[in-house]
Formats: sequence, structure tokens, C-alpha cells
Amino acid sequence: MLDMTPKEVMENRHITINPCKTCEPVGAMFCALGVESCMPHSHGSQGCCSYHRTVLSRHFKEPAMASSSSFTEGASVFGGRSNLNTAAKNIFDIYNPDIIAVHTTCLSETIGDDVGSYISDMEIPDGKTVLYASTPSYEGSHIQGFSNMMIGFMKYMTKKNGEKAGKTAIFPGWVNPGDDRELKRMAELMGVDYIYFPDHEGILETPMTGKYKYFPKGIGTSAKDIQELGSVKKLIALGQLTSVEPAEYLEKQHKVPFTLLPMPIGVSLTDKYLMALRDMSYQEIPQILENERGRLVDLMLDSHSYTYNKKAAIYGDPDIVYGFTSLCIEMGMIPKYVITGTPKASFVKQIKALFEENGMNSGKAVIKADTDLFYLHQLIKNEGVDILIGSSYGKQIAKAENIPMVRMGFPVLDRYGNTIQATVGYTGGIRYVEKITNVFMDRQDADSRDEDFDVVM
Amino acid sequence: MADIEQVNILDEREKSIVTKHGERCSGDGMRCNTDSVSGAVSQRACVYCGARVVLNPITDAYHIIHGPIGCSSYTWDIRGSLTSGEDIYRNSFCTDLRERDIIFGGAEKLTKAIEELAEAQKPKLIFVYSTCIVGVIGDDVDSVCRHMSEKYKIPVIPVKSPGFSGNKSTGYRMACDAIMQLLLPHKSGKKIQGINILGDYNLAGEMWIIKNYLKKIGVPVIASFTGDANYDEMARSTSAALNVVQCAGSSTYLADRMEEEFGIPYIKVSFFGVEDTTNSLLRIAEALGNEEAREKALKFCGSETKKLEGFLAKYRKNLEGKKAAIYVGGGFKAISLIRQFDLMGIKTVLVGTQTGKKEDYELIENLVDEDTVILDDANPAELETFMKEKGADILTGGVKERPLAYKLGIAFCDHNHERKHALAGFEGVYNFTKEINESINNPVWEYVKGACV
Repeated sequence: MLDMTPKEVMENRHITINPCKTCEPVGAMFCALGVESCMPHSHGSQGCCSYHRTVLSRHFKEPAMASSSSFTEGASVFGGRSNLNTAAKNIFDIYNPDIIAVHTTCLSETIGDDVGSYISDMEIPDGKTVLYASTPSYEGSHIQGFSNMMIGFMKYMTKKNGEKAGKTAIFPGWVNPGDDRELKRMAELMGVDYIYFPDHEGILETPMTGKYKYFPKGIGTSAKDIQELGSVKKLIALGQLTSVEPAEYLEKQHKVPFTLLPMPIGVSLTDKYLMALRDMSYQEIPQILENERGRLVDLMLDSHSYTYNKKAAIYGDPDIVYGFTSLCIEMGMIPKYVITGTPKASFVKQIKALFEENGMNSGKAVIKADTDLFYLHQLIKNEGVDILIGSSYGKQIAKAENIPMVRMGFPVLDRYGNTIQATVGYTGGIRYVEKITNVFMDRQDADSRDEDFDVVM
Repeated sequence: MADIEQVNILDEREKSIVTKHGERCSGDGMRCNTDSVSGAVSQRACVYCGARVVLNPITDAYHIIHGPIGCSSYTWDIRGSLTSGEDIYRNSFCTDLRERDIIFGGAEKLTKAIEELAEAQKPKLIFVYSTCIVGVIGDDVDSVCRHMSEKYKIPVIPVKSPGFSGNKSTGYRMACDAIMQLLLPHKSGKKIQGINILGDYNLAGEMWIIKNYLKKIGVPVIASFTGDANYDEMARSTSAALNVVQCAGSSTYLADRMEEEFGIPYIKVSFFGVEDTTNSLLRIAEALGNEEAREKALKFCGSETKKLEGFLAKYRKNLEGKKAAIYVGGGFKAISLIRQFDLMGIKTVLVGTQTGKKEDYELIENLVDEDTVILDDANPAELETFMKEKGADILTGGVKERPLAYKLGIAFCDHNHERKHALAGFEGVYNFTKEINESINNPVWEYVKGACV
């Protein structure tokens, strides 16, 4: 496996090998699925839409609906206006969503399709909305696509409103439906009246009842909620790199002040989320959450001897990597390689700051953005780690170098059950402390000689 | 001709859906092999996808995607094509074009990327795939490939596959053109009494099963396109006496070109199902004029079929009377599946393909019963409507169809890239029958039946 990776690290490559990111449009597609009665629409070749639906289907083990403008040579020369018009008509005819959220692809961007003007000229049935976001695949990463789509929704739907109602807005960033459930639960326990956008609870995790609706009612952020984002009194934006631009947009356009927080993974980052919620409702933290925190800390104490000083390679999307770096530090582990494929320089600064806050020397770690898993493999060949924490694509390295692995982030294509449970919050923390600790203990059991093999550990 | 009263069907799609009535079929005007309708949520992909699935299994080639990161990341190791040697093809190489490359052109980056690989890895063979954007910005990929090929003395083959430049079938042709470009310099005068296998991608090791059978009957296999393929083997393929084409959709074009350029005749075969496997082995022997091989094939197939009889009879009890829906990529496979289901006592009530051609649909119409629905390039709404209407118990399809079937409470068998068990040959009959049985008769559906509409 991966025999071709040379030990000598190749710097400043023009070739990307085994990427640690993917392109903008899938982020936009995922974001749009978190809105009620909304069909994501890919304005480009059919391949894009098919691949995006495929990776979402494989990650969530669910059908992922999205339509395509099905560009052919004609559209690439003359523009995709008629494709988009035909598509919109057909989508409203068969699937009848309330909203069509169009995102562009590298093709439609490069030929300069003015989707905004196509939409203004379009004949849209009453009560329906068609909106778009610009998401070229040659910029940023899928995380950028997600942010851009959020801004697209707000541009078209959020109403300007002088009054500020009592609600709080929560932008969760790129998380799984299990996380949406958890973040909202915590907000409710804290007595916060919230608007949550986008909301994937119930989408991409529909319960098996024998009935299946493409656009179930009441699932996903409602159009009304998006409209009212302009009149919330404050925004809690989670995921420093995913949610910052939508937060800045809301502030600039609608004067909504925001608190930008990291993805709440582990003890201290979840504490930050709770504090922010408390600032909204002025309610004391209820015992139930105190107990959850207590159980997480208790678990970490009980198991720390198995994780102390273990070296970790953490790779994936910037915000979740930040969260797991923090969790690993809390568990007494050493994040040795902290990697993302997303090209954001601020990622490196944020991780370094995280190390410093925790009194650790970031100079000993390799922290890099805009890189790939080939680079990670080369680093590991020079100095190994005890665990890999990241998406399914790291498993080739795990196998080649015989390193145990815990899966998180996007995409996880080769395990079941992750997306319907939480990664965030204290409950998410408990899940992952369990997973990480058990992986070390499983390895110990597998490697130990009979005489060292213990029933009690 | 479309005799359907469904509100969910678009007008433009009506010609692509037929229901069989009586003995004769509406054989004339089934609309197929054309572009998809915008907004219909087709399950098809693009030209690049077609090219990639054909070439990707070439094990010792460096497949470089020239474009932004998406096309490369989505096709990274997602196919169950197995290798007995190199696994270079299981990595993902990309020029990861950024905005400045789009503006100023990506040819320079491509050149540097190839140089880096060539110097660090000493590749034997490189393919460079063009993606949508390369088609638009007009990078001269051909020229870069030529220069690099001259510089490093290895084949560097451009694959003209921008996603919009046609549909998936176009992609297959572009891949075949690339293979021809690789093979032409190796044209040889001599003839070896062996065959090449075209259109099998060694998913779940199926190519190995087929090669094994051919070994048993004494027919040498020179090269495979492209399951478990490598450069040296492919270079020798030009001297084969016969080509056998399994996946007709993707490889007939290659077979035609090889016939034209190298004088290698071809026959179409299928190794799915008892009947098809037996016939294919016999026909290969006959086409080679190899009486000894034919005798051996008869004996071998006879004994394998006999071994399966008890097994199939046992399973038939569980499966008799069930109804199947089929939605696969190409016509040939759909035809094989209809036959296989028939042998299991399962009636096919719905059959469709992404890229089937007219001849395929004619054959399908002849094979199925009255009232079977036949679709081309279906979308989820249509699949759902007809599966429910016809009361299908199981759907055979690919990755995007699985979650749909499950949500509707219908069992599923993956006959596409995600399959983990070989479904070809006699072993394949065991596996397929077992998988169908396991999915259809799984107790989990009991929990769903109560809540079903």
C-alpha cells in the first residue's frame, strides 16, 4: 500500500497527490440540503452533480437529492441560460420544492455565466424562490462553497429589518445531523430562542419508516427563519473558518453582532459555546449539562494513562481539525501533524495560538494548510505517530504504516453510525474520548504477548 | 407509445419510458443514447467519468487529472477494481488548478507537475485527463504530453475528457482513443493464439475468475482492458488472435479500432449467469477454431452447472415469485441480469439503463414479460414511482440507487463499482444468488412493512 511514497519530503509541489480537500460545489450542495423544501442545483456538467451526490450518499448512507443543468458543448459556448430555465421548470414540475438553490461550477464560472441575471429574468412560480451562490471549484475548498451558499441564501432571502427581535442566530458550520441535534439541544437547555441555519437534523438521516419524502415538511431551516436572520439580536457562529464570512455578511448587511467560536469539540471549546449561550439567555447552566461535562472530564481522568503523550496526526477540514487538536491536547496527547487541504493561512495561525494557549511549543509540530495526504505520509515516514485522526482517506496511510485510526470529519465513507451521533458537545466528547482511548487499548491487546495480555485494564 | 399515467413524469422524458404490451414491442421509438434532460436529476455522470472508469484500473499508470481538485478527489479509489501487482492507480494525482491558472493558463503547471512525478517516481506510463475547465481555457494538453513524452521517453497520453463535451459514452470513446494511442506504436506483424479481454475492470476480482476459466480450457490471455492491466501486457496485446468484449457499452469502440488497426476480430461475451458464461466460453473456443478448448469448455461448464443445480434449487424456494427492478449503467448487463433473475424464479418488472443503446433495448423488450416498464436514463422520481407501482422486492443498481431503494423499503444488490463479491462466472452465480436472497429475505424489512404505505 502506498509503496510509491518516498521518505524524502518533496516540497513546493505543483502536483497534488491524494488530496485533503475537495471542491466548492459540494459544500454548497450540502448547505442547501439543510434548508426546508430546497433543491440544490448544480449549474454545470452532469458529472459534478453526480459526484457530489455520490460522495454525500456514501458519507451519510442516504439518498442525496440535487439536480443539474446538464451542460453540453452548446451550453459551454453559448451559455447555460436555457439549461437553467429548463431545469427550474422541470424541478418545480416533478419535485416541487419551495426553493431552488443554484450553485455554479468551474465550468459555468469560467464561461462567465451571469446566473444572477438569468434568475432575475426567469419566470418563477408564485411563492417559489430561486437563488444562487458563486462557487468556482478552483478557489478555496468545499468549506468555502458551504460559506458562499449560506451568504447566497441570506442575500436573496434575509429581510432588512430595523427592529431586533429577541432571537439568537446559530451558525453551526459544517457538521453532521447528529451534531445539529446536539447543538440545538444545548441551546434549548440554556433557554435560548434560536434560529439555526443550516439545519440538517432529519435530512440525510431520515428515519426508516417505509415512507420517504424528498422534501419533508418542518425539516431544515425554514424560509421564514432565513428571512428573519436580519432581525436577530446576536449571532453565535461556530467554526472559525466556515462561519466567519457568513457572520461578517450578516453583520455588515443587517447589523447583527456576532461571536465567532471554534467548533465545540471537547471540554474547553464546548464550555465556550455554553458561555456564549448563557450570554444570550442569562440562564444558569442546568445541572444536566454540568453532569455531562462532569462525566466527560471523569472519563478523561479515568483513561488518561492510555492517551498521555501519544502522538497524533490530525487531518481534514480546518475547523474540525482545530476542534480535535484541542481535544487531543486536553487528553494529554501531542498533536504532531496538524494538516488541512483547505488553503487558508489563518488556519496555521489559529492552531499555533491554540498550542500557545495550552502552554505547548508549536515549533515541534508540523502545522500546514493547503497541503495533501501524500505530504502527511512523507512526514510520517520520517517520524511516525501513534494515531491518525481524520477522514476515511487516511486509511491507506494507516494500513501502510500500521497505525491505528479514528475517523471523523468529511468524508467518512467506510464506517456506519457516525453521522447520526454527535461529535460536538460533551456527549460528542465522550464518544470520541471513548473511540480514541479504545483504539489504543485495542492495539495494546492485539500487540501484547500472552503474558502481558490483561483482562483488567 | 408511452402508456403511463403518472404525474411525476416530465413530458420530455415520456419517449424514454415504455411499457411492454403484447408480443410485439414498441420497438421503434424508444428514445435513448442522448443527452439528459436538465433538472431531471439524472443518475448519469459526465465524459470525464466515462473516461476515468475505463482507464483507472490500469495499475502501473500515473493518472493525472488536469483541472481543479474536485474531479480528482471524487474519483480517488472509489472503485473496487483489484490489482495483482502495482497499486499506483489507487492514488489521486491532480494539478489542482487555482484561479491564477485559469486566468493565465494551466499548461505550465501541468508541465511542472509531470516533471516532478517523472523525476521522483520514474513512471512507465502517464495519462493526463482534461476536465471541463481545461476544455474551456484551451490548455494545449496534447503539446505538453508530447514534449514530456519526448523528454522522458515514456508514453504520456492525453485523454480528451472535458465533462461537458458529450455524455458518459463519449467518455468511454475518449478513453479507448487514449488506449489506441498507447497501443499503435506496438503494432506487430505476428499473431499469438491468445485473446485479449475488453470491458472487464476486475471488480471484486472478476477478471481473475474469467482468466482462470480460460486457463482451464487452454486459451491464453494476453492482455486485459483494463482490469488488473499493466503497460507491458497491453503492449503485447496487438498480436492477439481474438478480442472478447464483455462490457459492450464501454469497449465495443476499442474492439472496432483494434480490428481496424491490428486486424484482431472480436466477439461480444458476457460472464454473468450460467447460460451466458457457458455460451461465452464455447464461443471463444469456436472463434479461435480451437476444438480442444471447446471440448474442455463443454466439460467444465457442464460440471459447474451441475454443481450449481442443487444450490439454485434450494434458493429458488426462497426467491420464486419475487419481483426485481434493474437499473444499471449499460444494456449488456441489464440483459444478463434479466436472464439470471429468470433462472432464480424472479420476475423482472422494471429495467433501465443509463447509457443503453437501441439494440440493447430491443433485446431487452424481447426478453421481458408483458407490462414490464423499460426506462432510459431514469431519475429518482421515475424509479420510485415505477418500483412502487410494480411492487418490486429488490433493486439491482449502483451507489446512488441503494439509499433510494432502502428508503422505500426495497432490498438492494449493488452490481456496480461498489460490489465487494465477484458476480461473474459460476462463483458469481453463487454470490449473486446469495446476496439477492440475503437482501430480500432479511428480517429487517419486517420492521418496515408495518409502516409502509
